[in-house]
Amino acid sequence: MIRTAAAVLRKDLRIEWRTKEAVPAMALFTVTVYVLFHFGLDRDSLDGELASGVLWVTLLLAAVIGVTRLFAAEREQGGLDAFLLAPVDRTALFVAKAAALFVYLVALEIVAVPAFAVLLLGPNLFDGLPELILILLLADVGLAAVGALVSALASETRARELIVPLLLLPLVVPLLIGAASATEPLFRAGGDPEDLGRYLALLGGYDLVFLLIALAVFDFLLDD
Amino acid sequence: MPALPLEEAGKYVAGAYVVFLALIVIYVAIIGAKIARIERQVSELLELTAEDGSVDRAPAGERASVG
Amino acid sequence: MGAVFSKGLRPVATAAAVTTLAGFALVFFYAPLDADQGFVQKIFYVHVPMAIVALGGFVAGGIMAIRHLRTGDSSWDMRSYVAIHLSIILGTGVLITGAIWAKASWGHWWVWDEPVLVSFLIVFLLYCVYYPLRFSIEDPERQARYSSVFAIAAGAFVPINFTAVRLAEAVTHPRVLSQTGGSLPGEMRFTFLVCLLAMVLLFVTLWKLELTSKRASMQLKRLRTRLELRAETAG
Repeated sequence: MIRTAAAVLRKDLRIEWRTKEAVPAMALFTVTVYVLFHFGLDRDSLDGELASGVLWVTLLLAAVIGVTRLFAAEREQGGLDAFLLAPVDRTALFVAKAAALFVYLVALEIVAVPAFAVLLLGPNLFDGLPELILILLLADVGLAAVGALVSALASETRARELIVPLLLLPLVVPLLIGAASATEPLFRAGGDPEDLGRYLALLGGYDLVFLLIALAVFDFLLDD
Repeated sequence: MPALPLEEAGKYVAGAYVVFLALIVIYVAIIGAKIARIERQVSELLELTAEDGSVDRAPAGERASVG
Repeated sequence: MGAVFSKGLRPVATAAAVTTLAGFALVFFYAPLDADQGFVQKIFYVHVPMAIVALGGFVAGGIMAIRHLRTGDSSWDMRSYVAIHLSIILGTGVLITGAIWAKASWGHWWVWDEPVLVSFLIVFLLYCVYYPLRFSIEDPERQARYSSVFAIAAGAFVPINFTAVRLAEAVTHPRVLSQTGGSLPGEMRFTFLVCLLAMVLLFVTLWKLELTSKRASMQLKRLRTRLELRAETAG
């Protein structure tokens, strides 16, 4: 199964590299929103809860874009039928899609986080990069798992672009709470991340639960 | 905030309980009406089959929006 | 002949009616007046049981959905659908009574400080998507399957969401509504438990009632199809 998943993943990443559909859209969206906030909030810099909230909410909204497009290629070109005919576990498809989404999110954050720092953080307000990276990675795992599941769930509906955000955003609220609360002390002068462990545990627990659920139910989706 | 005097508080409490009862009553009424309608239609159809044995025809134009 | 009423509907309905009446009596004649909130606190006895039962209904819907996927038996899907449907209706009641309570206690129709209320709102918003998701899928078998997947993921989401919101609130704000969690004096606790039981029985009654209605309409459809077939072959 791993080999199948890896093969599908490689194909997806190659397509994305060539067509550049998902990641640039997500990155452009995120940076644009940060610019909007920069002007809309009319402040030199954000700190603490506000900074953390803006960072994460925008990332989540951008993730919606990625999730909506996740199964687009299969849908439009019928690659799904070929996959289903082969004697492989449908879970391999889930692993591949979730992994692809994870890669897109990481790529997005490589662009978005520095942009955020430049546009919205004050000059000295940022240390704790390793903690931030850890938070980002943990959150991305959860986002990838839930995103792949939601994308598959919405793949059969006609109003896909409406259903995806309506499904995804409430489901990731615990993720938002954990990530934003964990990031908040990092953006505060003199902030002391003593609760970090608690929030990382929340993120980790969320990731585990939804990974397991998605792996268990994915077989019931996407068949024809 | 200090506790409201009884008359004012009474209105809110009554409101909350009325909402609760209203939900239940409306729900039961809707489902009850649906069941009554279905029962009626089932018995009509049963009558029809009882009347003429071999040539049965569902009454024209009858439609039920169920489910 | 009468509709095929769900097994045990009558006893459950009677039990529900009796317990509800008992609950009302206890709330207004037995439970003591709360020292801080006064008479307004009585809303607690209808708002909180509704919330607990609604959330329980969502989780139960998820469990029934698991059975549906495992057995392929579509009657489990029907049970799951009705449970979720009922819980959404109860959920609107929770939000409305919660708003009334908030207005009476703090003067606003909503308070973001109360983690349980906010958390419930998020769950409610999520489950509202159940209908558009379900009814936008045309093939009935696929519709049932996808709905079950949603019900399972959303059912697991309920406890996670509550833990997350509680976790965050415990750190930033002190709990405002201490009654919802903390220790209740004996008479209040007894009243609350009776009201909770009444709510559970009501839920089960309404659930069985709606299942009856759905089965009856399926019966009707089957009867009609059979009649039409007979008309075609005979005429």
